Amino acid sequence: MPFINKGFHAKRPTDGAHKLPPGQYETPDFPVLTAGPTPRIPLVNWEFRLEGLVENPVKWSWNEFSALPMQSFNPDIHCVTKWSKFDTKWRGVSLDTLLEHVQLKPEAKFVMAFSYGGYTTNLPLADLRNGQAFIGLEYDGKPLAPEHGGPARLVVPHLYFWKSAKWMQGLRFMAENEPGFWEDNGYSMRGDPWKEERYRSDDPDAPDEAHFRL
Amino acid sequence: MSRLLDWQLATVTAIRPETPHVKTFTLRLPQWTAHRAGQHYDLRLTAPDGYQAERSYSVASPPEQTGEIELTVELIAEGEVSGYLFDGVAVGDQLEVRGPIGGYFVWPAGPPDAPLLLVAGGSGVVPLMAMLRHRQRTGLRNLAVLLFSVRTPEEVIYRQELEALAAADPSFTLLLTYTRQAPPGWAGYRRRLDAAMLAEAVAHLPGPPQCYVCGPTGLVESAATLLQAQGLPDAAIRTERFGPTGG
Repeated sequence: MPFINKGFHAKRPTDGAHKLPPGQYETPDFPVLTAGPTPRIPLVNWEFRLEGLVENPVKWSWNEFSALPMQSFNPDIHCVTKWSKFDTKWRGVSLDTLLEHVQLKPEAKFVMAFSYGGYTTNLPLADLRNGQAFIGLEYDGKPLAPEHGGPARLVVPHLYFWKSAKWMQGLRFMAENEPGFWEDNGYSMRGDPWKEERYRSDDPDAPDEAHFRL
Repeated sequence: MSRLLDWQLATVTAIRPETPHVKTFTLRLPQWTAHRAGQHYDLRLTAPDGYQAERSYSVASPPEQTGEIELTVELIAEGEVSGYLFDGVAVGDQLEVRGPIGGYFVWPAGPPDAPLLLVAGGSGVVPLMAMLRHRQRTGLRNLAVLLFSVRTPEEVIYRQELEALAAADPSFTLLLTYTRQAPPGWAGYRRRLDAAMLAEAVAHLPGPPQCYVCGPTGLVESAATLLQAQGLPDAAIRTERFGPTGG
């Protein structure tokens, strides 16, 4: 018998066209969450790299990168701090497009996304393929604002939004899964909102001592 | 599953109004574990039909206050969880929580005797209060400044305690700024955070401080950028957004 809070009921309709993952609520805002100051990256100095377990590392300048074929994406996004936002409007470069430019070594199974400012987050490579992820350059018809991760942000909408690294600098392909910034601070290694994988101890393979990282 | 991050049923042992829109709930935990100042707990409400809502709330109490935590909650307009906590919860009721959570916005993160600059907007003061209470309970006398931006005098959360702390502890400086309405005869700041104000706050300290900034997005973004412009390294500026997103 689960615990019930007497007199508590949903204030908002929960049967709309969109589904909310467990424990999430919808917000019309686009909240900004960061661990430190917002990096400002002049476009002339910006570059994007694919490195690690690749046959030949690839590097794009801003002019080269923004000339790659772009698509529109309208995902629902879900932040681990409990807000979700429906129908966000992005334009960007699909990860499938980027991956056409490198030959991955067969042992590449995981990815570390790394950012200007030092942020990192880890993802299984399989979560970036087949239309599941993109590098967002425009939001709501405008260049992506710095506080939301501009000039270029990774967007992986089927995972909690901390996996969608702001201020992207590149992707490093790895054979083994390694924790990024929040993962090293106790957050889930995968972060599937539908399974409510918020913290390391929510992961199916969480070690018993996982809480010591929190 | 780690035992410590499982949901547990806490009992409300006290409810204290802080301002007209802010209350502090004291929760006794069956499985209390010492938190680090700045960490939060998740709180979950469950309706009879199974609908659940979760929110994160910073712990206001210091880890020296064992067996219980204090969560300071701001009432959000149309807030599903804060509305229930304000109107539907009484002393003796039970609430489901899990934590402590968050390993980055915590103090101390380096040498505990380093100068400390805390910058708060509104209810963003809550995790910073845990830091100040922890600092006081451990007897640390590192120079510390709290720069606290509020709209009106009635919205100063923890006012009496902060003023008493500033009066009793010469190593702690409280700098308030009122952005809409100041109390009668107020000689201090009455404007939004700006570069001059942050420079004066930093000037109270003997060296480069460890900075914690918590509040609404606009305040956090501008304070962090202004602190960067003072020459502080990014790693010395830890930020957390706090405030209404619908909760």
